[in-house]
Formats: sequence, C-alpha cells, structure tokens
Amino acid sequence: MAYHRIAALVIRHLYLYRRSLPRVMEIIYWPFLDLVVWGFITVYLATFQGQMPAVVTFLLGALILWDVLFRSQQGITISFLEEIWARNLMNLFASPLTPSEFLAATMVMSLFKVTAVSVVMSLCAWLFYGYNVFIIGLWLMPFIANLVLTGWIIGVFTTSLIMRFGQEAEVLAWSMVFLFQPISCVFYPMDVLPAWLKGVAAVNPAAHVFEGMRGLLATHTAPLTNLGLASGLNLLYLGAVVLWFHHTFNVCKERGSLVRVGE
Amino acid sequence: MSSPVVEVRNLSKRFGGFTAVDGISFEIGRGEILGLLGPNGAGKTTTFQMMLGLVTPTSGSIRMFDLDLQSNRETILQQVNFSSTYISLPFSLTVEENLRVVARLYGMSDIATRVDDMVQKMEMGEWRHKLTRKLSSGQMTRLTLAKALLTEPKVLFLDEPTASLDPDIAHKIRAILLEERQATGLSILYTSHNMREMEEMSDRIIFLQRGKIVAEGTAKDIVARFGQADLEDVFLKLARE
Repeated sequence: MAYHRIAALVIRHLYLYRRSLPRVMEIIYWPFLDLVVWGFITVYLATFQGQMPAVVTFLLGALILWDVLFRSQQGITISFLEEIWARNLMNLFASPLTPSEFLAATMVMSLFKVTAVSVVMSLCAWLFYGYNVFIIGLWLMPFIANLVLTGWIIGVFTTSLIMRFGQEAEVLAWSMVFLFQPISCVFYPMDVLPAWLKGVAAVNPAAHVFEGMRGLLATHTAPLTNLGLASGLNLLYLGAVVLWFHHTFNVCKERGSLVRVGE
Repeated sequence: MSSPVVEVRNLSKRFGGFTAVDGISFEIGRGEILGLLGPNGAGKTTTFQMMLGLVTPTSGSIRMFDLDLQSNRETILQQVNFSSTYISLPFSLTVEENLRVVARLYGMSDIATRVDDMVQKMEMGEWRHKLTRKLSSGQMTRLTLAKALLTEPKVLFLDEPTASLDPDIAHKIRAILLEERQATGLSILYTSHNMREMEEMSDRIIFLQRGKIVAEGTAKDIVARFGQADLEDVFLKLARE
C-alpha cells in the first residue's frame, strides 16, 4: 500500500466538497431532516409514557447509529460513483494505484462522512431534544466501529455489483442498505421477527449491535456477547467482500468492461 | 533501433467469439516514436488498454523496462502515462487541482513547482483556476497531455493527442513532445488520423487491420511498398481491402 496514492484520492474527493452544495447537503441537510422527524416522534411517544423509558430514549440513539451505518456505506459507494460520473476510472487504474489502495481511499472517505454526520446529528439531538448520545457511555465506540465495518461491507459489495453490471446497478448505491434495515432490528428487538427471519438477522452484524445497545440501556450490563458476535461476523464478511471486489475487478479487466463502467 | 523499452509478443485479445487483437508483436526503443495506424475497430484502443493494464490479454506478453506487465504492474505504470482525446479529467475540479491530484498519485515531489512548470509549458496559465467542465475541447486535450507529461513518464501512450487542437497549438504540442523525447529519451506510442502528423512524428509505423499487423516500417518504406503517393493513400487502400 502506498499512502501517497490513498492520500491523492482522498484529496481529490475533498476538493469536491469545497464547492459543491449538494455534497455538503448530503452531510448536513438529510441527516438533520431525519433527526427532526424522529425527534418529534420521540417527543410524541414520550407524552404517552409520562416519562422517557429506555425504549423511547433508544429511538433517537438508534436513528443516529443507523445513520452511521448508512453514511459509512455511502462513503464507499458514492466515492466509486463519483469516479464513474467523472469518467475517471481509466485515469486511476492506468496509474500505479492498486484496487486495494482504491478501496482504502473510499474507506477513509467513509470515515470522513461518518464523523461529519455523527457530529451534526449528535449536536442537533442535544440542542433540540436534550438527547445525549453519550448516554450509552464508552460502549458507544465499539458499537460505532462495528456499524462502520458493516457499512463498509455493504458498500464494497454494492460497489462490486456496480462495477460488474454498470449503470443499471447504480440505483443500488442508495437502495441496497435498506434491504438490510429490516433485519438489522434498528428500532425493534430481534424477538419480534418471525422465526425464519430471526435466523437471517442472527447472521447480520448490525442486528447484534442494536440488540446489544438495547440490552445495555435496559439492564446496564456489558453487551460482550453481542459485540463479540458483531465483530466476528464483520471481520469474516469484510474479508469475503474485499476478496470478491478483487475478483470482480479482474473479471472486468478480462471482459474489457472496466473502462466502460457507467457507459 | 536502440534497446527496446517496450516488447509486445504474440499479443491477442478475444471477447467471446470476436478477436479484437490477433497475435501482434512489436517493440519500441528508447526515445522512439512508434505510430499505430488503422481504421476504426482495427484493435488500436484494445492494444492501448492492454498496455496500460486495463484489459487482460487472452494470450501473449507485454514487457516494459525488461519487466512483465502482469506481475510488475505498479513498477511499470509508475513510469508510463497516457493521453487520449476521448478521456477527460474530473469535471468538478479546477485544472490546477487535477494536476495536483495526479502528481500526488504518482508520488511526485515538489508538486507546486512541477505544476507551475507544466502550466507554463502548456500555456495554461490563464485558465489554471478554471473548472475542468468549463474548458473547451482543445483546452481539455492540452490538460490531459499536461497530466501525462507531468509525471515524467519514460513511455507515453497518445491516442489522437492533437485531434481537437487548432493548427497553432497542435504544432506547439508536437514540438513539446519532440523536445521531451530529445531531452529525456521518452518513448511514445502514437495514434492519429492525421497522416501528415503521423509522417512527421513517427520514426516507424505499424498498420493494424482486423487486429493484425499488416504493414510495418518507416512511413517512406510503407508508402513505397504499397506503391502509393502518400501515407493517406496507403491508409485508404488498406482500410478498404
């Protein structure tokens, strides 16, 4: 890995943010809008409960953490789409840049987006609803790290599909992550799922993160089992999708479609 | 010819049942400009793409600087660059930002000075802070050439580098390329549909048709061998066969 090549790609993407209102809106406006809607729902539900029990308190936290996963995935996929839209893939892959360095750069961009969105949402939640995301304490860090990894897995998987199937698959950049939302059990416990779907959710690392967080808020006990399962599954899947990305890259070179992605 | 920096041996590429490149072999010496001629669909672009590591050959080998491209991709591509009329740079970045990113990508030192020098050399000073999307096609061509020369390549692939330039700028670009060759020993693989330009620029020419090399030699040799008045007539004769 050559760090200067990763840095070059990151700087190339940061240049885009300097003068692009839609890209800045993606970091501020949409997360803010999400938070406002869910914030009012939380306030409304709280009036029925008389107080703020864990289940209601959890909604805003779950929303912020779901956005971590969503933006983490977007950071990978949109960075790849930016290169397709700019017809820049040929310039990049005819340079010494390796596919691994390309992925690493998209992961750095993903961290940039996650950090920006998390700061915006946490600040807004605190300012408008008096909600402190750090109520979860230090456990927040491994939860976030695992959600970032899950976002990367979905992002790399989606990117490989777009690379393989071209423009037709671009819509997956925005829709793929929502396929995982029902089985991530973001706003409800895994127990409410039908038995067969519970089995599917059990192999989804994000479901263990949200399950662990609910458990922590309700019982104040360390969610070690959930975190262990989430981390193990994440590392397994991340290894697999990175291998699959490399395989897809080679298939595209074989078929001559790498330079025609997006056409 | 001086010792080859590029050696292509029995290179073929098949896409399903279609053979785009069919067992071609050639060499490019240090400081040599090799012209690649052929009608549309002759296999020029596929050959370029295989030599840039963007398309995997079905068979044959590509060696540069005595190294095999398949197993030494990074080392080789660090010393190679390309420019094509059909390829642009990211539209949402300015000319200067694009050059800076490229310089970083190739690990160049003293980026600011190098970019300044290239901007001056290619006469891009007036529009260096312009967004790339606002460039004319001629300015875009100059930018992609600047991007290719900025990294100080030893081998340069140029796909119709002067296609959308006015005669004055095209003349200057050719002069810059010849100057670079003289100063650094730059080797160039060059395509153009401007036959006068091909004659002026190329030390040797290979003519591709349906993926095969059908003629090879200096422009003079080829014209004499086919008994035509000039290279354009040879092109028309071969392309219509």
